[in-house]
Amino acid sequence: MNDVSMHSGFPWLTAVVFLPLVGALLLFFVKETAVRWVALGLTLAELALSLPLWIFFDPSTPRMQFAEQVAWITAPSINYSVGIDGISLPLILMTTFLMPLCVLVSWTAIQTRIKTFMAALLLMETAMIGVFVALDFVLFYVFWEAMLIPMYLLIGVWGGANRVYAAIKFFLYTLTGSVLLLVAILVLFFHGGQTFDILLLSGVEYPSALQSWIFLAFFAAFAVKVPMFPFHTWLPDAHVEAPTAGSVILASVLLKMGTYGFLRFTLPMLPDATDTFTPSMIGLSLIAVLYGAYMALAQTDLKKLIAYSSVSHMGFVTLGIFALNAQGIEGALMQMLNHGITTGALFLCVGILYERTHSRLIADNAGLTGPMPRYAAFLVIFSLSSLGLPGTNSFVGEFLVLAGTFMWSKPAAAVAALGIILAAAYLLWMVQRVAFGAPVAKTAPKLIDLNLREWATLTPLAVLVFWIGLFPNPVLTPMHASVNHLVEHLDQRHTAVARRGTLGTDGRWLTITADGEQPPASAKSHLPPSTIGQTP
Amino acid sequence: MIYALIPLLPFAAFLIIGLAGHWIKDRAHLVAVPAVAASFVLSVLAILEVAGGRTISVPLYTWLSSGDMRIAFGLSIDRLTAVMLLLVTTVSSLVHVYTIGYMQGERGYARFFAYIALFTFSMLMLVMADNFLQLFVFWEAVGLCSYLLIGHWYERKSACDAATKAFIVNRVGDFGFLLGLLLVLVSFGSLEYRHVFAQAADLTTDTINLLQPFGGQWHVSTLTLICLLLFVGAIGKSAQVPLHVWLPDAMEGPTPISALIHAATMVTAGVFMVARLAPLYNLSPTALDVVAVTGAVTMILGATIALTQTDIKRVVAYSTVSQLGYMVMACGLGAYTAGMYHLLTHGAFKALLFLGCGSVIIALHHEQDMRRMGGLKGRLPVTYWTFVIGSLALAGFPLTSGFFSKDDILVSAWSAGSLGKTLAVAGLLTALLTAFYSFRLVFVTFWGASHVDPHHAGHVHEPSKTMTVPLLILAVLAIATGYLGIPEFLAPVLAGPAGAEGHHEGGTAIMVLATSMGLGGIAAAYYCYVASPGLPDRLAQQWQKAYRLSLNKWYVDEAYDRTVIRPTLRLADRLWTSVDVAVIDGAVNGVARGIAWCGWLLRLIQSGQTQHYALGMALGAVIILSAYLLF
Repeated sequence: MNDVSMHSGFPWLTAVVFLPLVGALLLFFVKETAVRWVALGLTLAELALSLPLWIFFDPSTPRMQFAEQVAWITAPSINYSVGIDGISLPLILMTTFLMPLCVLVSWTAIQTRIKTFMAALLLMETAMIGVFVALDFVLFYVFWEAMLIPMYLLIGVWGGANRVYAAIKFFLYTLTGSVLLLVAILVLFFHGGQTFDILLLSGVEYPSALQSWIFLAFFAAFAVKVPMFPFHTWLPDAHVEAPTAGSVILASVLLKMGTYGFLRFTLPMLPDATDTFTPSMIGLSLIAVLYGAYMALAQTDLKKLIAYSSVSHMGFVTLGIFALNAQGIEGALMQMLNHGITTGALFLCVGILYERTHSRLIADNAGLTGPMPRYAAFLVIFSLSSLGLPGTNSFVGEFLVLAGTFMWSKPAAAVAALGIILAAAYLLWMVQRVAFGAPVAKTAPKLIDLNLREWATLTPLAVLVFWIGLFPNPVLTPMHASVNHLVEHLDQRHTAVARRGTLGTDGRWLTITADGEQPPASAKSHLPPSTIGQTP
Repeated sequence: MIYALIPLLPFAAFLIIGLAGHWIKDRAHLVAVPAVAASFVLSVLAILEVAGGRTISVPLYTWLSSGDMRIAFGLSIDRLTAVMLLLVTTVSSLVHVYTIGYMQGERGYARFFAYIALFTFSMLMLVMADNFLQLFVFWEAVGLCSYLLIGHWYERKSACDAATKAFIVNRVGDFGFLLGLLLVLVSFGSLEYRHVFAQAADLTTDTINLLQPFGGQWHVSTLTLICLLLFVGAIGKSAQVPLHVWLPDAMEGPTPISALIHAATMVTAGVFMVARLAPLYNLSPTALDVVAVTGAVTMILGATIALTQTDIKRVVAYSTVSQLGYMVMACGLGAYTAGMYHLLTHGAFKALLFLGCGSVIIALHHEQDMRRMGGLKGRLPVTYWTFVIGSLALAGFPLTSGFFSKDDILVSAWSAGSLGKTLAVAGLLTALLTAFYSFRLVFVTFWGASHVDPHHAGHVHEPSKTMTVPLLILAVLAIATGYLGIPEFLAPVLAGPAGAEGHHEGGTAIMVLATSMGLGGIAAAYYCYVASPGLPDRLAQQWQKAYRLSLNKWYVDEAYDRTVIRPTLRLADRLWTSVDVAVIDGAVNGVARGIAWCGWLLRLIQSGQTQHYALGMALGAVIILSAYLLF
């Protein structure tokens, strides 16, 4: 993990990280009436600026790309050090993609302090992207904590009736985890050669006992963010009270911080502890999958239902990560993206509905297909995606996670697959009650179909749902090198290939080859040569 | 390559109607019908090409690759696929034409065409799949279309309930399918049929210990497990016991889709899957036995329920359940050709029966209760005669297609060991019931005195040509499919299990018995519903328990409601209120409250009076000193 290809020339990453921050400051010099357009322009510019990262990304190498390093503090050595690989790239693109949609959905929903609101969104964007690109632990921690403040404000200022309780609960929950993260970072600093460099620290072998302690500290920080059972109760409250844009950011990006932390820090730095705790992590993931689904089944509030479905879906992500094989981890990454797209879209749908009927209760919003056919179509599409229908994005992630898990443990995969039945139950039941039937008298006159702005908010997500579902390879390709590298890294420390399971056996591949067929294993010619040696 | 157009044309029609539906509106059929008709023509070309023994394969694209796993989509057409293509495109074309008349002036006309085009695409992709994943993807896609079409009249709660139920019940089946698929992937390292079939024989000795997580020992052959898990998917899709409950409710959808999806094509996907995967099933006698018995139970259960139903479509729906049972049973006995043969003839005559029901329902302004019909044969002659032909085929009347295919199943069953003999007897008895309920339907609906709502009775008339022509074509097919040499055509690609080949014994005896069962059933129906009309009510009085059991569909829905649905919802509710809110969030808020309380306690100390602080300091000094001295 020590390889970094330093980037000379235009500092793309710095530009991508700080453009929103500059924009947020700029916003205070803009007229109140123009704030929305300027914010939209800024987020679109940010999206445009992030596209070269994808276009010029070299998928053949696991090394950090677009890397930049500037000394920040000399003693102890703390650097402004950033870079991206196949694990962070998709998450950054997802973030820049969603932000314009967040601005669009807040267009009329936010009426008070619009300037501050948009500034908070932009600050949030800088902090989130900062977390994904940081290669120095102190820098990482600064961005990590910086996310809390705008989110706290988004919930606490523009939230619903019980916003203060939800905001404080969110803040304290996350902060508790973060404090332990800080302690763990300091311990790593002293044991890993007095450096905060994340890549250097990933190359150090720590004593097993120490690894376990650090694992638990990391776990506290990341499990709260994911959120894993039983640290999830801040999520429904935060979602219900947050404004729509806040919910979208929360669900689509903030939750990924936890799983990103597992992938970036826990797995590479603490392989022994990962090994020790894997059964517990798989167990917690399975509980989350089923428990979240059962909770969703019991909800009467649309936002709570989607919030609990997030617990279930994020259970799939942690399950894939701790399957510790290429399929599981790539599936987890896919599921992170897909959850961002689909759940984000579902929250947008609820927000659009709430603007009309001022109620999030399922009972108040019925029979939408008649008066709002386009809205209903989007709602059905995103619900089908959320329940993992093949042909939509979520199926790709869930399939890979289940395949990865199945190689690790068949019973675990079987239990997780039960979650897919439950997902169909709670989502279709929701669709039936909201989209079908006849409208409720109370809200019927307010049901007006999507306007152009709302249509523009949802369409890009619907396109992504099908594009990723039908052609997942372009999204998976940039991940391969980094994920394979991570898996190899785990293998080097542990000859645990047998535990994680593999596809087929030597003998069977030979039978195919004897027929003059290409063994499927060597078909992945686009992978770097080093990873091909991994085949059984 | 041109054969890729077979599925893609209906897909293009779906995209055009789906995206431009607002503009197309009631001209949707102008897009959909030619597309499906062209697919039909291409399917004919395809079957002519593969008749020579060739297999057409069209690679499409690599869907995903991850680690050492690579999954590609592709199309493959052999004889088995080709006959399915022909069935799907024929019935779909006819149903498309029929829909023009049936859905005329309905809201959602364009939407309906978009969905049946999408369904046709998905079903064609399903049968043309060359790997398990594609099979699964389109397996769920046809389920989605079924869901959308059952819920076509979305304002109606019963329709929405039925749609949701269909999807969720199928998901239960797909749960098994998905696990089976993963087991195939892990065991063979590939999901392509040809790789898997080529290596299947090497895997016969592999076992999996099912009780391993609990420390027990229960070794099951991997192949058996694969076959059984995949069959769970078939149980869902092909409405076999115990997952048959969704199919009768699916009749809430418009009748054309009952004919296309819930009779001729989608519900037969399970049978097709078992036949397609014959090389795997042949290696697992246990799995085959399970398949056979499941089919037989379904066959009997469906027929007994069909006896007493009064909704015209539900009678036909339960007969579909029962006939699917025949097909599954045949496959389970290794008689794949017989099963597939019945699938094809059934596709023709059951589509005919459903479309016939549709034409009655339209003529009576959406009346579906048989008790408010009667005496329609004079008013609806085309519907009546075609319906009779369909019923004769269903009853296995000599020289109709159903006679040949059912006979083929029964003869193969009789030659398939002791289990086969038992099931053949069950099949014969079911044939009697089948003939009885199908002619009960004919006599009650078309014969006797009219019980039609007097409001509509005056203007009951035959529907438009777009509806009667498909009926006439299907009536011809309901006879003709028996004479096309289908079993001989399929035999080379559908070998049964090793050792099961051989002479068919007792062929003539079975044929005579089956024929007399069919004729007996028809005669009994005539006696009960024409000759002495009071008899059925008296019998129902006399055998009240049996009558109620049949009328209430063996109480299966009620059992699910009590044992699965309500407990699940109750558990969800309990977990939420007692675990999530009370325990977990209670602990979280409790911690917060505890800290606040500590703060309050500490605040008491800060009284602001110097003597209190001095006292505190003195006490502290004493405690520290004594601790120091004592330890």
